[in-house]
Amino acid sequence: MPPFEKILLKNMETPGYTGSLADYERGGGYQALRKVLGKIPPAEITETVKKSGLRGRGGAGFPTGVKWGFLPKDYQGPKYLCCNADESEPGTFKDRQLIERDPHQMIEGMLLACYAIGVETAYIYIRGEFVLGAQILERALAEARMAGYVGQNILGARTSINIWVHRGAGAYICGEETALLESLEGKRGLPRVKPPFPATHGLYNKPTVVNNVETLANLPHIINRGAEWFAAIGSPPKSSGTRIFCVSGHVKRPGNFEVPMGTTLRELIFEHAGGMRSDKPLKAIIPGGASAPFFTPEHLGVKLDFESVAQAGSMLGSGGVTVMEEGTNMVWAALRLMEFFYHESCGKCTPCREGSSWLVQTMRRIVDGRGRNSDLETLVELCQNIAGRTVCAFGDAEVAPIMSTLKYWRHEYEELIQQAAMSAPAELMMPVMGKH
Amino acid sequence: MLKETYKAEIDDILSRYPIRRSAVLPLLYLAQKEEGYVSEAAMKEIAGILRLTPPQVYEVVTFYTMFQLKPIAAFHIQVCKSLMCALVGSDTLLRWLKIRLGIGPGETTADKRFTISTVECLASCGTGPMMQVNDDYYEGLTESKLDRILADLKRDGTSPLKSGPFMLPEPMKG
Ligand SMILES: Cc1cc2nc3c(=O)[nH]c(=O)nc-3n(C[C@H](O)[C@H](O)[C@H](O)COP(=O)(O)O)c2cc1C
Ligand code: SF4
Ligand code: FES
Repeated sequence: MPPFEKILLKNMETPGYTGSLADYERGGGYQALRKVLGKIPPAEITETVKKSGLRGRGGAGFPTGVKWGFLPKDYQGPKYLCCNADESEPGTFKDRQLIERDPHQMIEGMLLACYAIGVETAYIYIRGEFVLGAQILERALAEARMAGYVGQNILGARTSINIWVHRGAGAYICGEETALLESLEGKRGLPRVKPPFPATHGLYNKPTVVNNVETLANLPHIINRGAEWFAAIGSPPKSSGTRIFCVSGHVKRPGNFEVPMGTTLRELIFEHAGGMRSDKPLKAIIPGGASAPFFTPEHLGVKLDFESVAQAGSMLGSGGVTVMEEGTNMVWAALRLMEFFYHESCGKCTPCREGSSWLVQTMRRIVDGRGRNSDLETLVELCQNIAGRTVCAFGDAEVAPIMSTLKYWRHEYEELIQQAAMSAPAELMMPVMGKH
Repeated sequence: MLKETYKAEIDDILSRYPIRRSAVLPLLYLAQKEEGYVSEAAMKEIAGILRLTPPQVYEVVTFYTMFQLKPIAAFHIQVCKSLMCALVGSDTLLRWLKIRLGIGPGETTADKRFTISTVECLASCGTGPMMQVNDDYYEGLTESKLDRILADLKRDGTSPLKSGPFMLPEPMKG
């Protein structure tokens, strides 16, 4: 493990750090805001962020400065920033730590983003279950208001920025940015058909930027230390900076590990996360949250950056890395994820709503030992009719576990179906065997 | 009536949004805090405050999993059953709960103190198996930890074993 300096977790990993305003300021907090406010033109901040190469940490990896650049120039009237703190992708638990352990870091990031894009009202959309996180953010915002960092005429400058915490209420889909906006408008969280994009028609139909917690938390550091510094970290030019990977599953030391992008899966799992929890060897890895296709031990050498993971057939996604040991049944694992997607489909489009139900039923049948030979074809056909045919990217995500486990562990599906045939009552056995 | 009990809070909430409708989730939370669930009367009142029709409030309530339409037990135990927790034993946790409380997911104890639900990922995947009881998270559960938590809840209504600000792996003491 080559030594490197953590960026996002550095403060909170300092012994005694509480995340209070005083602690944050002691570590250089709000210096970035002071540096730019009223001194550096907003457009220059956007340029700096573009040059830094920062890409979104929420899932899609869109270049942050470029996204900001899509807002209409010289727009008169309100614009909005929404911090996406919905963190509901199974396998992901980094934003929770950023929120609960160092709330001012993300708040300063939000202030910098607001200043850069000319926003006066920003919302933190936090998943409803994070009751503690919402309390911590409210407390931090109260401190920041008292200190003049948030509110009217911040730090005596002409800029006014208000930030409010808005709690969701239990719906994975509200992490999708347009569903988030609908939910914030007081409606059911149904994703919108794009285009138009939030940059022009977002919250209340006004120009809006939605950024993830981790994305925003990087901003103070980029402003303090410069675009070049950031751009040189990780796997430049396409994947600069660090990522916080959330390692879960059958490892010795699960947790959040901040490493430069481009670190291999092997290093992350065997050095940072302590390796496998028992003497059972590694069997499968999900590299980027529940929506990312599974990997096998063959992929341990894959570098954790946007391009390398995509080239290897999966996606970096949300940074959730789940490790499974030998003995884990892959059909069972895919079913668990499929049950999640079935539960969370918002129901707006038919392929996703109906397809997820069919997929769950078919998968359950196989796992429960009632599978049929035709089920594998059914699964593939269903998946093909969902992916790429839906309003939001959820449709592509929900087929990933099944398609990828079918690709690498098809024999496990076949074995379950064969066992079903052997143990079925005689009258049921006949037609199944007749098909061979 | 919410409007009387929470007047200042409601005004404060409304002041945060340019459009009243945005206040629907915060007001529903107030209603649920007050009664333990969201009653029809509360939905009507919220509709009135926000100048919406009652169905516009109802369709929101039913979209989100965190609102209860009926009174539930004092302690709502929500066990995460998504894959990452399942890999480290959430099914076992449900079995222990069944043994201790005599109920399974979707059921309430006869004394109306505990309801168990299964839920999807709560962003504690590295500290499974886990459960949320009302507002609090309980993570890295073992059989003995669960016993202590249940005893604490019955006795004090809360437990010191609930999670504080999240950090994983735990920071080195120093
Ligand atoms: C189904 C679905 C769920 C999503 N959930 C989240 C989430 O919980 N948190 C998040 O930051 N982004 C989530 N996203 C990505 C957002 O739509 C959006 O791309 C992101 O918030 C943009 O921020 P970024 O550019 O900083 O990454 C989700 C996307 C989809 C399609
Ligand atoms: S793909 Fe699924 S989750 Fe996304 S809009 Fe369609 S039904 Fe809703
Ligand atoms: S899978 Fe249980 S908290 Fe994420």
